[in-house]
Amino acid sequence: MSVRNRVLVLVSALTVLAAVGLAAVLHASARAERRDHTQAGGPRVTSGTVSLRGSGRLVFRNLAWGPHRDELTSVPANDPDGPRTAAGLKCLRFYAAAGTGVCLQAVRGPVSDTYRALVLDASLHIRNRYDVPGIPSRARVSPTGHFAAWTAFVGGDSYAGTDFSTRTAVVDTRGGELIPSLEAFRIVKDGRPYRSADVNFWGVTFTDDDRTFYATLATKGRTYLVRGDLRARTVTTLHANVECPSLSPDGTRVAYKKRVAGLPEDAPWRLYVLDLRTMRETALAEPRSVDDQAVWRDARTLVYTLPGDYGADLYEVPADGSGRAREISRAAVSPAYLG
Amino acid sequence: MYVADSRASTSAHDAVRPPAGRRRAAVTPTVLALGTVSLVTDVSSEMVTAVLPLYLVSGLGLSPLGFGLLDGVYNGFSALVRLVGGHFADRGGGRHKWIAGLGYGISAVCKPLLLVAHSLTPIGVVLAADRTGKGLRTAPRDALISLSSTPETRGRAFGVHRAMDTAGALLGPLVAFWILRATVDGYDAVFTVSFCVAAAGVLVLVLFVPGGRGAPTAVQRPTLRAAFALLRRRDLRRITGCALLLGLATVSDSFVYLLLQRRLGVPDRWFALLPLGTAAAFLLLAVPLGRLADRVGRWTVFLAGHGALLAGYGLLLGSWRGTALPWLVLALHGCFYAATDGVLMAAASDSVPEGLRSSGLAVVQTGQALTRFACSLLFGAAWTVWGDRAALAGAAVALVGCVAFALTLRPKGVVGA
Repeated sequence: MSVRNRVLVLVSALTVLAAVGLAAVLHASARAERRDHTQAGGPRVTSGTVSLRGSGRLVFRNLAWGPHRDELTSVPANDPDGPRTAAGLKCLRFYAAAGTGVCLQAVRGPVSDTYRALVLDASLHIRNRYDVPGIPSRARVSPTGHFAAWTAFVGGDSYAGTDFSTRTAVVDTRGGELIPSLEAFRIVKDGRPYRSADVNFWGVTFTDDDRTFYATLATKGRTYLVRGDLRARTVTTLHANVECPSLSPDGTRVAYKKRVAGLPEDAPWRLYVLDLRTMRETALAEPRSVDDQAVWRDARTLVYTLPGDYGADLYEVPADGSGRAREISRAAVSPAYLG
Repeated sequence: MYVADSRASTSAHDAVRPPAGRRRAAVTPTVLALGTVSLVTDVSSEMVTAVLPLYLVSGLGLSPLGFGLLDGVYNGFSALVRLVGGHFADRGGGRHKWIAGLGYGISAVCKPLLLVAHSLTPIGVVLAADRTGKGLRTAPRDALISLSSTPETRGRAFGVHRAMDTAGALLGPLVAFWILRATVDGYDAVFTVSFCVAAAGVLVLVLFVPGGRGAPTAVQRPTLRAAFALLRRRDLRRITGCALLLGLATVSDSFVYLLLQRRLGVPDRWFALLPLGTAAAFLLLAVPLGRLADRVGRWTVFLAGHGALLAGYGLLLGSWRGTALPWLVLALHGCFYAATDGVLMAAASDSVPEGLRSSGLAVVQTGQALTRFACSLLFGAAWTVWGDRAALAGAAVALVGCVAFALTLRPKGVVGA
């Protein structure tokens, strides 16, 4: 084939490929139009004031299509699928307690998105900003509102990099002091000091003493529930195979996701509750794999998200293993009960 | 013994060869075509790499943590693929183009498969296939570069190729994030465009890279035994030995970035951008250092590159904490790649006969990849036991030892200008 013909073949092929690529981009950007229209049969969302001080309210990130998609919205706790009040603040992940909120956001940069954590007061005004080193995955505020924590996935950088790690930060919301990574804490594993370069932490949950927390520690392919001490800067392993712990309001139990043998690799978890005094595990009545840090609606009920048509939906299930799971609200993620 | 290799001209060359009487171009059209293929392919693959974590977490709601387990198993497998690719490329008088094309093709086909893989296992399989394609094509591609350039200009040819390759790697994420911004959850658009770009790369290879090279000058049947018998050649054995040794003291990129962050307090915001610093330095220095290698000797530049890495380790270990420090470390890190990556291939090409070029380069590359992987494991273990600073000091000492030892070996293959 002469050079001229080869160039001709290349140019015509490039034209076809460019058309295919352009069509794909246009098709995906047309979605933006559809998403900006309020979804038929979806919840009613209106602009309004959202306060983190009230009681009997549930605040979450609204995923329903329309102008308020991804904004924090507030609904009555006893009518979670009712009309939503949107605050105008967009968060990827959110949590709140005792009038303090934490909101993890994406920030558009020149090259790629970066992420930040905002500590909010009860009127959603920003008290402090912190850089987050990767894609946000978990957020929590202590029952006193004095501490907040978040976890981010920090990605690999090799070709088709698949080596991920997590980084978990804790901040004192009163003085603004940041512990950038729990990996600086001393680890006591099975009663002995433990060090390893492959240690990862995620899913912090706080007690109400402004000192103790629980979290997941992962090392050598296994996960552990750890009890941490913010003053002594130590963590101690308590129980194996615990991820994303969530402490009950009375501080006696931890709800968590457990890897159950024999389940498919991409849906490996089931919800369990661990009694911290007896270390007895109770399987909950949710038959699907849950990849979330559950929240306690009250002493008897857990609320969590499962993937849904608009991203995620909220479900609840009794904390004692009885009853069955039930959907309570669609197109919502990152729930936080106030008061 | 030094094997001269005359650059066989093919019909493809005749059409684009500079008129007689002019000095032959140092960088032939074939090298430029291969550089273009690599640039385009890297745009495609880095597009996917850049958005993959986001896609897993925000698009599919998966935890990306389950992936690391695949890596260790896969490293051994990809070494094997590399050797197999090298061997088949040498069979039948040089099928470099077609084996490389197969590798590029496999990677291209993987892109649309990401559209239908919605859970970790299939995505892991697709990524493994993508990397298999990469392993398959690397040695034949480098063999083609070496076969289409003269021994005197080989360093420069590899430099040009590596610079183009890295340019693609820098462009990929920009394209991907531009698409994500122009769309809503446009991951499908990213994967589709990535496939179109990869297909264009395969086309450029098929249309503009000459294929068969006729009978090889060194008549040596490319059997597996012959490939391993290459290691009986003193030159190649020394080069491979040195590459292995130095690989043992080369701390993997992700550790370097972690150390930068831990020791220098690089803000979290910039952490994801650190690899771009290394890539930019690599891009800028690949051609000048390749030319330098042609002039002063490849071995000298190769060792000097490890000197640059050592200087980077030193800066990380030292007590100086200027604002310029992260930039300096990244520049040295990129300089290390520019002085070693293509230069090693140029040096190895001089001591492998044409008929076994792909196999020979594959042996060197595989050895280096395996020792670097071993270094990662050792370094991780040392980090665990002694902490990051001591582990890095250990790596630095090992690197000094390896460089000193390599100096005593000093393979020939220095082609004076």
